[in-house]
Amino acid sequence: MDLGAANFKDNVGKALADDKLQFAMTETGPRFIAKRTKAREALPEFDQLRDQARDIKDHVLDHLDIYLEKYEAKVKETGGHVHWAETPDDARAAVLAICRKANAKMVTKGKSMISEEIDLNQHLAENGIVPVETDLGEYIIQLRNERPSHIIAPAVHLTRDQVEADFRRVHTHLDPKRDLTEIPALVEEARAVLRQKYLAADVGITGANFLIAETGTSIIVTNEGNGDLTQTLPKVHIVLASIEKLVPTLEDATTILRVLARSATGQDFSNYTTFSTGGRRPGDPDGPVEYHVILLDNGRANVLGTEFQDMLRCIRCGACLNHCPVYNSVGGHAYGWVYPGPIGSVVTPALIGIENARHLPNASTFCGRCEEVCPMRIPIPKMLRHWREKEFERHLQPTSQRWGLGLWAWMAKRPKLYRRATALAARVLANQAHGKGRLRKVPLASGWTEFRDLPAPQGKTFHQLWKERRP
Amino acid sequence: MPESSPRVGLFVTCLVDMFRPSVGFAAVKLLEDAGCTVEVPEAQTCCGQPAYNSGDQADARAIACNVIAAFRGYDYVVVPSGSCGGMIVKHYPEFFEPGTTEHDEALDLARRTHELTSFLTRVMKVEKVEAQFPARATYHDSCSGLRELGIRNEPRKLLASVAGVSLREMTDAEVCCGFGGTFCVKYPGISDKMLEKKLHHIEATGADTLIAGDLGCLMNMAGKLKRMGSPIKVRHVAEVLAGDHATPPIAEAK
Amino acid sequence: MSARDAIMARVRAKLPKGPEGSRREAVERHISQHQQNLIPERGQGDIEHRIRVFTEMMLAVGGTVEIVDDVNDVPHAVSVYLRDGNLPAIVRRGTDPLLARLPWHRGGTLDVLEGPAVDADRASVSHAFAGVAESGTIVQVSGPENPTTLNFLPEAHIVVLESSALFASYEEAWTKLRNLMGEGNMPRTVNMISGPSRTADIEQTIVRPAHGPKNMHVIIVR
Repeated sequence: MDLGAANFKDNVGKALADDKLQFAMTETGPRFIAKRTKAREALPEFDQLRDQARDIKDHVLDHLDIYLEKYEAKVKETGGHVHWAETPDDARAAVLAICRKANAKMVTKGKSMISEEIDLNQHLAENGIVPVETDLGEYIIQLRNERPSHIIAPAVHLTRDQVEADFRRVHTHLDPKRDLTEIPALVEEARAVLRQKYLAADVGITGANFLIAETGTSIIVTNEGNGDLTQTLPKVHIVLASIEKLVPTLEDATTILRVLARSATGQDFSNYTTFSTGGRRPGDPDGPVEYHVILLDNGRANVLGTEFQDMLRCIRCGACLNHCPVYNSVGGHAYGWVYPGPIGSVVTPALIGIENARHLPNASTFCGRCEEVCPMRIPIPKMLRHWREKEFERHLQPTSQRWGLGLWAWMAKRPKLYRRATALAARVLANQAHGKGRLRKVPLASGWTEFRDLPAPQGKTFHQLWKERRP
Repeated sequence: MPESSPRVGLFVTCLVDMFRPSVGFAAVKLLEDAGCTVEVPEAQTCCGQPAYNSGDQADARAIACNVIAAFRGYDYVVVPSGSCGGMIVKHYPEFFEPGTTEHDEALDLARRTHELTSFLTRVMKVEKVEAQFPARATYHDSCSGLRELGIRNEPRKLLASVAGVSLREMTDAEVCCGFGGTFCVKYPGISDKMLEKKLHHIEATGADTLIAGDLGCLMNMAGKLKRMGSPIKVRHVAEVLAGDHATPPIAEAK
Repeated sequence: MSARDAIMARVRAKLPKGPEGSRREAVERHISQHQQNLIPERGQGDIEHRIRVFTEMMLAVGGTVEIVDDVNDVPHAVSVYLRDGNLPAIVRRGTDPLLARLPWHRGGTLDVLEGPAVDADRASVSHAFAGVAESGTIVQVSGPENPTTLNFLPEAHIVVLESSALFASYEEAWTKLRNLMGEGNMPRTVNMISGPSRTADIEQTIVRPAHGPKNMHVIIVR
């Protein structure tokens, strides 16, 4: 299941040759972009809200220890439980212990990237507990034993006929004659199957978009209503969250929510924004009896105070993925781990080690669209460049690149020598073009000439000609 | 015009120097037509981006110091590239500790440095150029120029004043062409996929000429167009604005 | 060392050093002041404006809105809505006092069930804690009188919203909630709902409903 971030180049090769994936990516990418543009244009205050959202999160990160304490105290005060987890192992163990105590046979799950990060489903299944993903996209990829290819649209890499085939394979009750060629029919089928799971589940597990220190509240944002059915019907609700999800107050959460949905799906507000504080209160006719929060670190604290701290502002909206020409060319699975796209290329090396993800920060043209659309104004290209600096320091780049660029830089620092070398190169290449103006093959430049001709130099360098013409 | 005859240092860029000096001469003509005195400092090589974007801070910084020294004393520094311009304007100051002389010098250079079309329109207040160039053209916004320097209307405004040029916008003009410096040779497959999409949008406009302000992007797009046998001519914006018909389009025979 | 202490130690080691007291004070102040940030203009205006914007936004996300002048007209409106939607004349509600004292007999043959929703329920009616014009959003709070399941299980969710609770922004709803619950306190669940359940997970095509209600109908009482 794990393609591996280290295998980025192989993954890319497969992705580029996958017609269905290419079709899905070409069709859907532009839709996300158009929706966000429309939502942004409809709210004149949007960019000011982004500035405030950034400032709120920066304030939290600078005082994270105190906010974590405040939050924890408040959760306890409302009868909830907080479980701290340094590693994925810790988090898995905490979830399993809660499930065992509840004698859980089956758990329903709302969408959670932390769950992916700690490979929770596999762990539960190995321990005899059936995990059922309830977000439609997550459900589909669970049937396929895949990882999400997108932070908010996990099945964006698939087409409807692939989904139909999966449903027919797994939903053995399906009448072969039933027409499932249209998307609403597929959704209806999933609704019917999952409704029974919600009602039967012993534990509901959700993620958290935010944790509010003021009130000890966790927030989930969905459109389907699956997260709410997941957390409301079973006896036990477990929230999976990481330590950087803290925001100070209801007002601060509200400000960030205003930029979240617009950036993600182009909605003004998601259909369901749910604030959960503790378990069932005296007299409550429904809702979970127990409320647990797993607080995961998994490398995040180490990012604080470094040149990478800004990545912790991320609210996982997916806008940088939607606007990334690289992501839109290869899809999310090529990135090989949990978080794909530009922000994934920043986060993944921090969480699994740059040595295991060394391609990711390099697979960017630094076109800057990610930073341009990021609601939290994370300078993604700058952070990718910082990772490249780490790779350079640790000699993680390919030898040919090191030597090539090293030689070039040595020359570039010596203008006279550089002048002579470029004049020679310009003349040689121009001669080899034989007046055609371009070259089909150039030694050591197959990376260029595999798909393109190399435009030939005009013959002399600008500096040569300038000297001749303006002595 | 702000000063009687501002003294401009031309930052040629490494690609223009080696591959297409005609872009540099077109830039010189445009600057001189606008009333500038143009000089070309000898000690320049490259802006240092290849090192900078490969994580080699030390070399990038050393190259930046060379450029800062080479362009001391000019009223303005003009670059026929948004990418190299962005490097000098946005990134050079990051190499130095605020408060140091080097940082002040980097900031000073950043303030004096402009991409060619934005210098002509914003600083020299050029409204139109005296040139003729028959072309049904489409314009690709290079990423750095657009997003680091905010250049969008400047080239279009000047191109609109060229007799014979008609501009038609392509879909996603602001999306990267897949060049990305060393990216395009390190990840040729992804680069090619991006390029394919870009060329599809270019062809859909029915334009006979593709124009942009960065030679890197232009070489990338021209290289693929010519590999596919496309008749679309590819040119740097400076050449069109200078009315340079004589030089063959990028990647085409004399 | 417990995981908690280890994480806390790591966080503290990485953070900018400053006098502990003033950092703590900054946090206390930020929380106790719970200052409002920028509030968009969109929803702000008199009640007519708020009703107009709310309605526009709710319609845009696939919900429906009707306005009645008298709260006692609600039972009739509910019964007509169910009939027009080809739904049985049965509706589930909580023990909310406003809903409890409505003249339900005016809904004709309408059957009114009390308590949390069950899977078989086709329609529910709940009393909104607040409405937010800005995005056409209903705010529901859980409690003995307001089961959360009413918002999610039935196919049709009908919401009664008094115009006095139709605010311009979410922030006004928070103020109302703090007045009710006290500083720093929240009900178990606050649901902000903007239209019926939807998904776009297959080919970015919007389909309603996904897992929650298929229809959301807001009755604004002027």
